[in-house]
Amino acid sequence: MADKKINLTLKVWRQRGPKEKGEFKTYEAKNVSTDESFLEMLDQVNENLVKKGEDPIVFDHDCREGICGSCGFMINGDAHGPQKSTTVCQLHMRAFKDGEVLTLEPWRATAFPIQKDLMVDRSALDRIVQSGGFITANTGSAQDANSILIPKTKADEAFESATCIGCGACVASCKNAAAHLFTSAKISHLALLPQGEVEAERRALRMVAQMDAEGFGACTSTGACSASCPKDISLTNIARMNREYLKASINRKEESGGGGDG
Amino acid sequence: MASNFDSRIPGGPLDSKWTQHKFNMKLVNPANKRKHSVIVVGTGLAGASAAASMGELGYQVKAFCVHESPRRAHSVAAQGGINAAKNYQNDGDSIFRLFYDTVKGGDFRAREANVYRLAQLSVDIIDQAVAQGVPLAREYGGLLANRSFGGAQVSRTFYARGQTGQQLLLGAYSGMMRQVDGGNVQLYSRREMLDLVMIDGKARGIIVRNLLTGEIESHEADCVVMCTGGYSNVFFLSTNAMACAVTAAWRAHKRGAYFANPCFTQIHPTCIPVHGDLQSKLTLMSESLRNDGRVWVPKNKGDKRAAKDIPEAERDYYLERIYPSFGNLAPRDIASRQAKFRCDEGRGVGETGQAVYLDFSDAIKRLGRDKIAERYGNLFQMYEKITGENPYETPMKIYPAPHYTMGGLWVDYNLMSTIPGLFVAGEANFSDHGANRLGASALMQGLADGYFVVPYTVSDYIANNKVEKVSTSHEAFKAAAEGVRAEISKLMSVKGTRTVDSFHKELGRLMWEHCGMSRNEKGLKEALVQIPKLREAFWSDVRIPGDANEINTELEKACRVADFIELGELMCRDALERKESCGGHFRDEYQTPDNEALRDDQNFCHVAAWEWKGASQPPVRHQEELKFENIKLSARSYK
Repeated sequence: MADKKINLTLKVWRQRGPKEKGEFKTYEAKNVSTDESFLEMLDQVNENLVKKGEDPIVFDHDCREGICGSCGFMINGDAHGPQKSTTVCQLHMRAFKDGEVLTLEPWRATAFPIQKDLMVDRSALDRIVQSGGFITANTGSAQDANSILIPKTKADEAFESATCIGCGACVASCKNAAAHLFTSAKISHLALLPQGEVEAERRALRMVAQMDAEGFGACTSTGACSASCPKDISLTNIARMNREYLKASINRKEESGGGGDG
Repeated sequence: MASNFDSRIPGGPLDSKWTQHKFNMKLVNPANKRKHSVIVVGTGLAGASAAASMGELGYQVKAFCVHESPRRAHSVAAQGGINAAKNYQNDGDSIFRLFYDTVKGGDFRAREANVYRLAQLSVDIIDQAVAQGVPLAREYGGLLANRSFGGAQVSRTFYARGQTGQQLLLGAYSGMMRQVDGGNVQLYSRREMLDLVMIDGKARGIIVRNLLTGEIESHEADCVVMCTGGYSNVFFLSTNAMACAVTAAWRAHKRGAYFANPCFTQIHPTCIPVHGDLQSKLTLMSESLRNDGRVWVPKNKGDKRAAKDIPEAERDYYLERIYPSFGNLAPRDIASRQAKFRCDEGRGVGETGQAVYLDFSDAIKRLGRDKIAERYGNLFQMYEKITGENPYETPMKIYPAPHYTMGGLWVDYNLMSTIPGLFVAGEANFSDHGANRLGASALMQGLADGYFVVPYTVSDYIANNKVEKVSTSHEAFKAAAEGVRAEISKLMSVKGTRTVDSFHKELGRLMWEHCGMSRNEKGLKEALVQIPKLREAFWSDVRIPGDANEINTELEKACRVADFIELGELMCRDALERKESCGGHFRDEYQTPDNEALRDDQNFCHVAAWEWKGASQPPVRHQEELKFENIKLSARSYK
């Protein structure tokens, strides 16, 4: 841990409220230790702003361990910054060089309205989960956990999909602001498990419908989402979602058809 | 003393208390449940599981969280695992053994009846989680896998790689979101509880600040369940998330809820050491790493050679040496204290000398790099991101850090506080871990409380108390909201020179030095002189820019720090009064010749529950005696 000091110039998007006009403002971050995290560097900038009586730069953050999914903004056009598989709270200043100029912008998507500065409203993602991202299992109704056998490879695959932290980087990186990676990760996680099979079709239909209703865009398979994902959620999830959705759509016709159409 | 200061432990034999109690509790007719409302504050494991379960029962639940999304509550960061007495490994585990290990691990300062219930419910939690699709680790045969954790000689910890908390929370969250969709749970995010509203001596609602608009809102219900987590952030640097605070619990305390054992804090042995003054938090490295990692320091003081250059014969694997039967899996309080002793002796490593090694080289030799990566990959990756060092090649450097608080609001067997109608679940209550919590037991307790205890005891409360409907236009709501507004404008009007963080850091340093891993009379008395001065300085010199009627992160922090300062004082008082060493509370004056904690069961085999008496009067200490009828009260040994 060789601690070095660097100086940076930050161009930060400042916007007072959802309906106000925003603009870039320039700040100097001086004497930044390379052992600091990116958010600690911003803390330092904010500490100086507060001392001068100015409003600090607002950004969402909480666990600072890369797991709660609160943090995230664009650094020079990259969601969560330049380091792969890393949330911005886990990004450390040793990834930057002395004298660099960094542009910080909030996630930009119709479905993620800006609240203030770098903070956006991602509750659309909650509503997607609410529409079907669960297994109906009331408390107390479960059988013994080991009565369901799940092959290790299946369980591991489901786990990989389940590690999504809901940060929204996939949406922000997508030129269409699509939420396919987020939605498909949840659909996959549950569809891969025997417990999730029962509701798989209803889940796929409802979650996709909600995703569209929230104003997220369409998927054109560029893969920017997965490339920017701090948890490396794979594109195969989207393929699985499409398959689940197609299967569910065909079955839905059979169910509701009922012979009336001749 | 509050008439409600009664543990209400049901009679009968230990193993049938809960079953019998469930039968004795009153029920609410299914058709009537929708006429009753419950407020749940906090959406971590305890809060989300309580909200989901009560929503399923048919209650009208209002769930509040400070986060933008309930899925971001700090339970999400729990890494290593969750204990359950399934005995799937055929290694001699049982409900009684989990109960025994937990009581002993807590250094005999928890209630037998509560802990036994926790051990009983542990098995149901795993069933529930699997039914929800929580992807717990599995063996090739498709059965669930287990790992070992500290303070136990059986393998009973279920896990999802190093992300067990995240997966369990997403399970509880998805259950709750299903109830949001069904209309039984109403979600209020980005709201911070700033007061408890009482009518006719009962908890009837809360006052919250809407963190987006600054609006002070009033919400009413038949009763209130607080699941607002612990207070480790009183130390400023801790493994807790930035928004973790005592505020909700402290405001309830000021309304009459007793605060129990505030000095029982857990300093976790394996965290990434402090790097500098600008550090904002500390990062835990899961205790599960001690399954395969070996803890050591050089035998010689001031040995500055790189780890790989220190030969085997010159290394002291001190946990294996001192505690041969538990070795590296000694409980957290003991492992932390030993790390401190080694560093105090001058045998610490790294630039600051405030670290010990956690070394995986033997395990990598034995199992291969891939196996270690499969078990701990994400933790190794996190370590490397933070420190820039690769733990596959050089041993991790670790040091203890504040992590969990066993103390919290006092509750009876029903998890109800001394305020009727105010229930407290999860880390926010004091109930099950005594003076030290064993690893993988926090997730267990949060979910046991939320899924399986609170839904029953809340029903019993509602059935027994004919709670009249109230409206938020009631005088009590108006007065409480006014009080909150007045406090906020007082804070905003100080317009001093110092930032909120500067006060928080100063408090943290005082607490770490005087009420941290070891405490003594002189230091605690010194802290009790310094903290009131700090409080005065805070209220006369804090600077909060901006407006209270919009997003104002400095104001949010200021409200929390104001409460931490008051809590810090209570912690020191509690530590001073407890003239013994037990679990995480180590008083220098009370130790055995080989530096182990020396309990005083004659005088301190009790819970200390503090009653707030107003800002101008000292709090009053009450005692709940602890009886050990099923486990012999004995000196704790892990040797």
